[in-house]
Amino acid sequence: MAKHPASVVAGEIIEVVSLAELCRSCGVQSEWVVELVDEGILEPQGSDPSAWRFSAVSITRTRVAWRLQHDLGVNRAGIALALNLLDERQELHVHLQRLERSLDDTSSDSDF
Amino acid sequence: MDYKDYYEVLGLERTATQDEIKRAYRKLARKYHPDVNKESGAESKFKEAGEAYEVLKDPEKRAAYDQLGANWQAGQDFQPPPGWDQGFEYSSQGPGDESAFSDFFENLFGQGRSSQAGRQTRHEFHAHGQDHHAKIMIDLKDAYEGATRAISLRAPEVDASGHVSVRDRSIKVKIPKGITEGQHIRLAGQGTPGVGQGQAGDLYLEIHFQPDPTFSVDGRDVYINLPITPWEAALGGKVKCPTPAGAVDLKVPENARTGQKLRLKGRGIPGKTAGDLYAVLQIAVPPARTAQDREFYERMSRDMNFNPRAKLGG
Repeated sequence: MAKHPASVVAGEIIEVVSLAELCRSCGVQSEWVVELVDEGILEPQGSDPSAWRFSAVSITRTRVAWRLQHDLGVNRAGIALALNLLDERQELHVHLQRLERSLDDTSSDSDF
Repeated sequence: MDYKDYYEVLGLERTATQDEIKRAYRKLARKYHPDVNKESGAESKFKEAGEAYEVLKDPEKRAAYDQLGANWQAGQDFQPPPGWDQGFEYSSQGPGDESAFSDFFENLFGQGRSSQAGRQTRHEFHAHGQDHHAKIMIDLKDAYEGATRAISLRAPEVDASGHVSVRDRSIKVKIPKGITEGQHIRLAGQGTPGVGQGQAGDLYLEIHFQPDPTFSVDGRDVYINLPITPWEAALGGKVKCPTPAGAVDLKVPENARTGQKLRLKGRGIPGKTAGDLYAVLQIAVPPARTAQDREFYERMSRDMNFNPRAKLGG
C-alpha cells in the first residue's frame, strides 16, 4: 500500500457524454445501453446512436440500472419502473424534509 | 478474524434447502440493495447477504463451510483449521466496491476467486485503463464559490500476474463553481493505468451536498425557511435574508402569509443560467412572556376582529 503525495487535479464538469463515453465510464456494452434507451430508461438527445448525447445524470442511472439487473435480476421493464419509483421517492423525500424543517421552525417558537 | 454465521445472516436454519437459501437471499438483497435502501448499514447488510449466498448457494462451498461445525458463534475469533489453504494474500477493498468480501470469506474461499474486478470486464480490445467512480460530499458554499477538496481513494489494482492489491492515494480536486447535486466531475487519467500503450482510465466523482442546517437545494434552486414577525408580515418591508453568498435585503410584501415563497432571482447556485433562491416565509408568533405582552395581545384580541377559523364555520 503505497501512499502517494497529494497533487492538485482540476476536473471538468460533465455536461453530456457520448454513447462510447457512457459505456466506458460505466463498464457496460453499448448493446445494453441501446436496450435501456429502447425502454425509455435513458433519454439521449440526437437521432442515431453515433450522435446520441446523454445528460450527466445518465451515468448514475446506467450504473444503478446495471446493479439492479446484476444484483437483483431485475429485467428492463422492472429497471424502468424501479428507477421511476426511486426518483419519485427521492422527490418526496426532499419535499418532506423541507416541510419537516418548516414545522420545526414553527414549533421551536413555542418552546419558550 | 471473526467467524461469520452465514445461516444467521440469511435468517435460516442449518438444515435449509437450496431453494430456501435462494429465496432468503433474494428477499434480503431486494430489501437492503444500496440503490433501494438509503439507510446507513443497508449496504453492509447487502454485502453480508451476498457473501453468505455466495457460499451457501454452492453445494461444495456449503459442505466445506458446514464442515467447520455448528458450534461457532458469529463474531467469534476464528482461525481456519489446518488444511485450509491460506496462501492467498488479500486486503479488504475500499467502500463502494461491491465485490469486497470479509477476511473470513477470503481466507476460506478467496483463492478460488478470479482476480478480475467483478462486472467491469473490458469488452474492448484495446487496453484502456478502467474508469473509476467515487462519491464526494461538498458543502453548498463550495458550489457558490468553488473549492479545493482533498479526497482519499482506495482502489484495488491488479498487477501483471493477476494479484490484487489495494492502493491508497490522496488527491486534491478543484471543485468548480456552479456544480450541482448529482453532477459528475471527470478527472482524466486518474483511473486505472492503461496496459502497454493504453491510456489510463478516468475517475468520475459524483457530487453530493452535505445536508445544510439552513438551506435546502433542488437542482440549482436553493430554499430557505425565513422566519418573520407578524408585523413584518402585515406591514411588509425589508428584512435581512441569509443566502449562501451572504445576507441580502428581501422585500416582504404587505399581508404576507406563512408558506409564501419569495424569489430572489439568480441567487441560487451560479451557472450559465443561475438558479434562484426562494425564501419561504414562516410567521413567528412572539410568546406572551410578561404582563405587558399579555396586555398587548388582549388589546389585539379586542381591536383586531380576526377569526382565522371563519371559513371552517368556527
